[in-house]
Amino acid sequence: MATRLRARTSVNLQRPGWFVYTSLVLVLIASLFPFYWSFLVGSGDASTVRDPNMSWLPGGNFLENAQTVIQNPAVNFWKALWNSIVVSTTVSTSTVVLSMLAGFAFAKLRFKGNGVLFVFVIATMAVPVQLGVVPLYILMADYGWTGTLGAVILPALVTAFGVFWMTQFLQQALPTELIEAARVDGCNMIRTFWHVGVPAARPAAAMLFMFTFVTSWNNFFWPFIILDQSNPTLPVALSMLQANYFVDYSLVLAGVLLATVPLLILFIFTGRQLVSGIMQGAVKG
Amino acid sequence: MASTDIEAPPADQQRRNRRADSSMRQRLARWDLKVSPYAYIAPFFILFALFGLFPIGYTAVISLMDWDTIRNSGEFIGMENFEFVLNDRKFWVSLRNTFFLLSSIPQLIVATFIAAMLDHHLKAKTFWRMGTLVPYVMMPVAVSLVFSQLFADEYGVFNEWLGYIGIEPIQWHKDVLASHWAIATMVNFRWTGYNALILLAAMQAIPRELYEASAIDGAGKLRRFFSITLPQIRPTAIFVIITATVGGLQIFDEPRMYDTTGDGGADQQWLTTTMYMYNTGWGELNFGRASAIAWLLFLIIVVFGLLNFFLTRRLISSDSSGGK
Repeated sequence: MATRLRARTSVNLQRPGWFVYTSLVLVLIASLFPFYWSFLVGSGDASTVRDPNMSWLPGGNFLENAQTVIQNPAVNFWKALWNSIVVSTTVSTSTVVLSMLAGFAFAKLRFKGNGVLFVFVIATMAVPVQLGVVPLYILMADYGWTGTLGAVILPALVTAFGVFWMTQFLQQALPTELIEAARVDGCNMIRTFWHVGVPAARPAAAMLFMFTFVTSWNNFFWPFIILDQSNPTLPVALSMLQANYFVDYSLVLAGVLLATVPLLILFIFTGRQLVSGIMQGAVKG
Repeated sequence: MASTDIEAPPADQQRRNRRADSSMRQRLARWDLKVSPYAYIAPFFILFALFGLFPIGYTAVISLMDWDTIRNSGEFIGMENFEFVLNDRKFWVSLRNTFFLLSSIPQLIVATFIAAMLDHHLKAKTFWRMGTLVPYVMMPVAVSLVFSQLFADEYGVFNEWLGYIGIEPIQWHKDVLASHWAIATMVNFRWTGYNALILLAAMQAIPRELYEASAIDGAGKLRRFFSITLPQIRPTAIFVIITATVGGLQIFDEPRMYDTTGDGGADQQWLTTTMYMYNTGWGELNFGRASAIAWLLFLIIVVFGLLNFFLTRRLISSDSSGGK
């Protein structure tokens, strides 16, 4: 009797009506509107953005506009795209590997200072980038690294957030008996990490990778300071675009779309993991 | 059974061999056990020391100096940089401009609504969740370029829509409040869906029995939302507000790209503290003052953080005492 009642009420509670779907469709429209509007303007010409009777159907100039942006030497589009791919891939890979190592140690190994050092890691998450940017610039200038990708990659090789995230995950996902068993079987520590730690960390590693990739791809402040237009990442190139074409927004917005599409494609294939990553992080945080 | 019989003699032999070099092995194993943890956390701490800790300390030193960017060295001048910044109108205007932070409250309300909509047995639920997260992948620079046109003063789409309902065009790039509204819209566009997913996770963690019990007691849908869902997700909501505040204090990308100059408007209508720091450091090449601004910004963030923390503790403790 009780179970039947529970089953029936829980179905009633959760069944979505027309109101739910209408709201969600509206949210979806609001989410996609800026993308679509960019495409409308980006496929028109210089006058489109000022046209009060702008059509809600795209014009035919998108490819032409895209070509103009790509071929402009001041924007350096291919180089920017390649640089963004290099930076984001390197930074995400190294963040995942180094965070897994540190997370494994913090979550599962006993050593002196474990607790204090972990609190220190958490504390460093509160430090804003602005606080280190001036000396970092002086340092890079000293070594002649201004304008190079290394200057963008090096400070971003690992994040406190990544270490925190991995530690939290491994504490729950990796049974300590498994490590002890591996040790008894004669595995040394690094092999234990490789054969027991890494497989357990894999789901969290995928999420951390996606998360770091998106953050790195979109990162503007430090690259804007240290890079110039001869060797930009995509956000830096976009800022040049505006300076170069502020009269013709069909070109600016075509460029916006060109810079956004690669990540959008990645999102279509891996967005599911990003969603579950955000939701899992929330439950623990 | 058979295999153990066969393996028995060599295992015996192995045991004898192992006894011979066991002390060496044991020492190695003990060393491995002791050193490995430190080796694994070392990369993080070394990188943090180089690119985190050292620059922070150095920023403090430079903030007390008149830094020469050509000779790449500085002269000690005491608190002069701090004095200048604290007497600079732009610094206080940039603090005033963090007003747009208030927009995190309507954002939270909308995010909670979206989360409540997503918290149903939806068809294709992954599709809807991904749909709300799409804006998050658009880079802030791109968001700003798009919205600065949507919010254009003369011909913008938003002004046109307002015209349909008889509202005069708003000066989005001149009026202080209007420009804050525009920048808040950009930030909210990117983060509302993200925060909705966090709140959705909190909602799904609520024990379903609570809803069932109240449904049996005759509570309606709205009543259940206000009496069960909202109190249960309060800690998460506070966490969202804190993150939004700390992030909002540091905002740079959106206001920087809101016009072509990056000065934050003719009258600094939307100049933020980070923009002020950037313009001082890399516009005027005054690294000493830029460092002073960085430290002041950090102090403000800490104050906000502590304020939030104590507020949170009070809210949560009053909640649990009320519950019991």
